[in-house]
Amino acid sequence: MTVAAPTTTSVADARARAGAVSAFREHARLWALLAVVVVWVLIWSVMQGKYTLEISTSTRTDVHTWLQHLADDISAASDTNGFVSALNSFADALNSAFEWLQNIFTVAKFPRPLPEIGWLGTIAIAAWVTFAAAGWRSVCLVVPAFLAFGFLGYWTDSVDTLLLVGVSVAIACLVGIPLCVWMGRSRVVTAIVTPVLDVMQTMPSFVYLLPFVVFFGIGTAAAIMVTLVYATPPVVRIGAHAIRSVNREVLEATTSLGQNQRQRLVKVELPLAKRTIIVGVNQTIMAALAMVTIAAYIDSPGLGQPVLDGLKRGQFGTSFVAGVAIVIMAVMLDRTTTAASVRSEQAKRAGESRLRLRRITLGAGLVVTLVLVYLSNTQVWANEFPSHPDLGTPLRDAVDRFADWMRSDVSNLTTSIQSGFTDHFLNPVQSLIADSPWFVTGTAIVLIATIVGGIRAFVATVLCLAGIYFLDLWYNAMVTLTSVLVATAVVVALAVVVGVAMGRNLTTDRVLRPFLDAGQTIPPFVPLIPVLILFGANRFTAMVAGVIYAAPVAIKLVADGIRSVSRETIEAAESSGSNRWQIISKVQLPMARGSVLLAANQGLLYVLSMVVIGGMVGAGALGFDVVKGFRQADYIGRGLAAGITIVLLGIMLDRITTYGAARAGASTNAGRTRPFLRRAPRSAP
Amino acid sequence: MRVRRTHAVLAALATTSALALSACGGDSIENAKEPTSGKDCGDVNMAVNPWVGYEADAHVVGYLAETKLGCKVNYKDLDEQVSWKGFGNGSVDVVIENWGHPELQAKYMTDKGGDGTAVDAGLTGNDGVIGWYVPPWMVDKYPDITDWNNLNKYADLFKTSESGDLGTFYDGDPGFVTNDEALVKNLNLNFKVVYAGSEDALIEGFRKAEQNKTPFIGYFYEPQWFLAEVPLVKVDLPKYTPGCDADPEKVACDYPPYPLNKVVSSKFADADSPAYELVKAFTWTNDDQNLVAKYIAQDQMDPDDAAKKWIDDNPDKVNAWLSAAGAS
Repeated sequence: MTVAAPTTTSVADARARAGAVSAFREHARLWALLAVVVVWVLIWSVMQGKYTLEISTSTRTDVHTWLQHLADDISAASDTNGFVSALNSFADALNSAFEWLQNIFTVAKFPRPLPEIGWLGTIAIAAWVTFAAAGWRSVCLVVPAFLAFGFLGYWTDSVDTLLLVGVSVAIACLVGIPLCVWMGRSRVVTAIVTPVLDVMQTMPSFVYLLPFVVFFGIGTAAAIMVTLVYATPPVVRIGAHAIRSVNREVLEATTSLGQNQRQRLVKVELPLAKRTIIVGVNQTIMAALAMVTIAAYIDSPGLGQPVLDGLKRGQFGTSFVAGVAIVIMAVMLDRTTTAASVRSEQAKRAGESRLRLRRITLGAGLVVTLVLVYLSNTQVWANEFPSHPDLGTPLRDAVDRFADWMRSDVSNLTTSIQSGFTDHFLNPVQSLIADSPWFVTGTAIVLIATIVGGIRAFVATVLCLAGIYFLDLWYNAMVTLTSVLVATAVVVALAVVVGVAMGRNLTTDRVLRPFLDAGQTIPPFVPLIPVLILFGANRFTAMVAGVIYAAPVAIKLVADGIRSVSRETIEAAESSGSNRWQIISKVQLPMARGSVLLAANQGLLYVLSMVVIGGMVGAGALGFDVVKGFRQADYIGRGLAAGITIVLLGIMLDRITTYGAARAGASTNAGRTRPFLRRAPRSAP
Repeated sequence: MRVRRTHAVLAALATTSALALSACGGDSIENAKEPTSGKDCGDVNMAVNPWVGYEADAHVVGYLAETKLGCKVNYKDLDEQVSWKGFGNGSVDVVIENWGHPELQAKYMTDKGGDGTAVDAGLTGNDGVIGWYVPPWMVDKYPDITDWNNLNKYADLFKTSESGDLGTFYDGDPGFVTNDEALVKNLNLNFKVVYAGSEDALIEGFRKAEQNKTPFIGYFYEPQWFLAEVPLVKVDLPKYTPGCDADPEKVACDYPPYPLNKVVSSKFADADSPAYELVKAFTWTNDDQNLVAKYIAQDQMDPDDAAKKWIDDNPDKVNAWLSAAGAS
């Protein structure tokens, strides 16, 4: 500080002034928010319980009946409609293609008693493909992973899941990559497609399970289509971003060289965007895996079924073991695709001699693979996965014992945590939001949105709230909104604390990251059971489930943001005498502010996607309405209304946070972030 | 060139080793023989609705159809609504345990005004009971709690963070019809209905309540495997009389008894395969179902093994069904 002071006095003055202005603006905004909340609380204290628009769980209003008739009409028309019969024949083709794959790997086709290729051949093929695409290191991950599927007792289910994910991702890429190129080229297309992607990602799957069964029949085709709805958006979004960010100058140079559109796409844009597109594919794979359990509700083959079996039989262990298999699969696919994308770069730079060596190994590997496939085709021992060693049963029993212990010895303590939190925090907040008259809450939300996110947030919020009002589930929407907001607050707090710890210390990162990966990929139904045991069926449990699901993503984002703060900046701050706490609060967090805001936005959307599952463990409200619509024919209309309401909530929250983040980002650039960046090189010598 | 030669050498090596390996033991895979049954049975698409009692029925019938009648049984894990939808295009043939569902009957059964894709295939012999239940420890301590008139006396016990000053009454699975909100209102009970949201959540609640001796009251039903683990006790609501539940807003009486039945697709019924005769003939008692359900849920047996065990132990019942189906 003392070294830099003489040379930077005038700069510091200017900065102080600019800082004061932005600080004033920020303070004005905080005061405005506070004023809104105070007025809101005052009105609530006199008017609570009036005009809340609460309706009983079994009520169906005119709007719901109308939606019900709409759904019935579409379903009835499907018998005669040409479009639907086209969908049906498409589904038939998809079903027989998938059946053909299953007959090779998992399901015996009469009169053959076993599938064409059993475990040995399957592993050999997987290993060879991995070697070709991602290299040796990945093979060392893939082979043990496949063996683990078998030892856990879920060989067939695991391979079925892999086939399903493979087919879904292939279709998603087939549709998604051309679409993302188009979006990268045209603003109009982007403007049309983006809201569709938003709806695809926020609409609860239970809403479209039944219509998809109508359109595609019961079978794997419907399961694949359901998976596609959720899994296609990532590759489209990330791919479009990749195409858009290909350097403009490079493009202009190639155009001036006389390349036409097609050449430019194939030779320049796609190769340059390739790595990012593969990141999109990776996200699509993860999303497809996340749908495994949901798809099992309409008889999808694979690992989702044992998870649901465990649920309906009250066997935590069974669900857990299947969940572990899914986590192993997710980690395997994630690491392998990442390695493959890195490798695609390295391969270009490899020398001639290495290339030949690689060809020889690949050829030899292919021969060995074919031999193993042949054995697997003809020999029982190489076809049926051996039943020993059996890791699944002991793991299952251990988990069941653990569950018993939690139930008898821990749950009294945890129940008191639950009731304390609910009584003193959740209930008051919910009362303010849901028990205020609807127009008061609505006005308050609109005001807050405007203060945080400006005019664009205002428009989005007004439209979404109007939609929610007309769908007749206002009260339930407000109860759900409360849980989502409170859970997100917890997620952000966790993300900042754990993310900073991980970002600052590599060892902490290495220890925690596998747990985060597991938390992100294990089907939400699995951690749900211990949470239920500990806290009982209520809103708190649903929130904990949401936090477990959303926190890993948010933590990773914050950790990466903290890590990307340059070493020099931190050293500069250290040399100017800042202590650890000051560095975190004044340097690292402000500079990683973008990541923190992104973490909040993603945390919100992830929490929101758990609303329906929350409805299955006592959160009631919109989540319960959606599930009831799926389960009971008389409530399809209300379920649909609840699903659309969730989408509207999601879009509203997303727009408020996105526009808010954009504004906050602008003010930090002027006020805080830049000075540190500018000062760093100067006081570093 | 060099590369290709290496390949040839490797291939030769590999083939020899493979031949050697396959020669030196292990069973090789041979095609199965045609099943030796009299009448042709074909495929049976059996819906498996998501509760264990249903699974027990499905696998007992399915196991017999496969082993004694030579059918190929495809089990499809589906919800009730989706299963009935499947009758129309042949993807579902049998729903082996149906709990009423007037709304689905009205959609798919001719005599109820539906499109005629579903037909009744007779009772399963199981009597479904829906009602309000408390864990057994509560009955030991508060014997008069099983009378609904005394529920208000104990309402304070059931207070939770979810229900404010009222007692919490837990409703469960969103798939089941409930009148509980109306019942609480019309019987003037100081309770609030809270939706546990799934059967699993409800079972976990009862299990914990019995283990830790905490108060709990909720909606439940039998036959249900969980009653073998914790014998819940039913609370007596005002007696059911036909028609007392006609207006869902004014219900003030207990749930009706549900004689459970089997429903099949009309295509399956018209084809008149031995499997259809077996489905029609199948009846058993609540105890039978509870036993098989216990094998599956508590003893963690594979559903087919559980079915086989019961079938081996009950030849008389099984043979009666089989002779109706035209098998030995």
